[in-house]
Amino acid sequence: MNSIRALIVDDSSVMRKIVERSLVQAGLELAAVFGAGNGAEALSVLGANQVDLILCDINMPVMDGLEFVKQLPAVANAKDVPVVMITTEGSEAHVVQALSAGARGYIRKPFTPDQVKEHVIPLLAVKG
Amino acid sequence: MSSTSEVLADGTVHEKWIPLLEVAAQEVFELMLGCQLTSPDRASDSQPDITAMVGLAGQLCGVLSIRCDHKSAALMASKMLGIDVDQAGPEMCDAFGEVCNMVAGNFKNKVAGLDDGCMLSVPTVITGTEYDLHSPTETGRLEVKFLFEGLPLSISLQVNS
Repeated sequence: MNSIRALIVDDSSVMRKIVERSLVQAGLELAAVFGAGNGAEALSVLGANQVDLILCDINMPVMDGLEFVKQLPAVANAKDVPVVMITTEGSEAHVVQALSAGARGYIRKPFTPDQVKEHVIPLLAVKG
Repeated sequence: MSSTSEVLADGTVHEKWIPLLEVAAQEVFELMLGCQLTSPDRASDSQPDITAMVGLAGQLCGVLSIRCDHKSAALMASKMLGIDVDQAGPEMCDAFGEVCNMVAGNFKNKVAGLDDGCMLSVPTVITGTEYDLHSPTETGRLEVKFLFEGLPLSISLQVNS
């Protein structure tokens, strides 16, 4: 698989690093990693950068992950980019909400690199 | 039939949450830090000097806190971020807070009826030993004790409703 450009959206800088590390541990080669502290920052990052994958928390200040996913189709160069939610929110209602909003995958914290791999690789393979 | 809120407010239910709290913590340390929490053989005489807290609000109101010493918190950051313990300083508190957040989230996801009706605050980390935590409406308190890499660690859930 070619190297990918990823955007990690989480209000915790430590959690962004943990997610990045888990992508590497999952065997992904990262050409670039962008970070954003909330949905609004993420939209701004996407306005200036092309990415292949977005990993996004739900509970964040300013703009939460669900609202970010809803607004993503309006970003021309990101509307087809797969989004995987990574969150402590584990209820079925949250999963349904996230998938209905446009997310393509859902990972509950705590998670392992294998779980990240399981959710992310098929999405990247489909994207080609 | 009792509502979820009424069931959760029943103090006798809280004792049944101890195994859930233990499993919630064990899963976080196993999956995110790659290590096992073990049970202490005897009470520790060490004084914890760092505390992470996450508030719960909604059908269950309270505070989940984790207490340990700085060495343990630095080791958690080291294991989660893949860095040397010596380099963990700047991110130790954030990493420790994230551990607490994940334990709280994992716990509430295990309590029937709570996963959808309870929100978590952002984590707060307090350093030092000289503090008291007061709550005017505390209705119950659970505490579990572990050893993390041989170092004492306690996790408590203070229930306010």
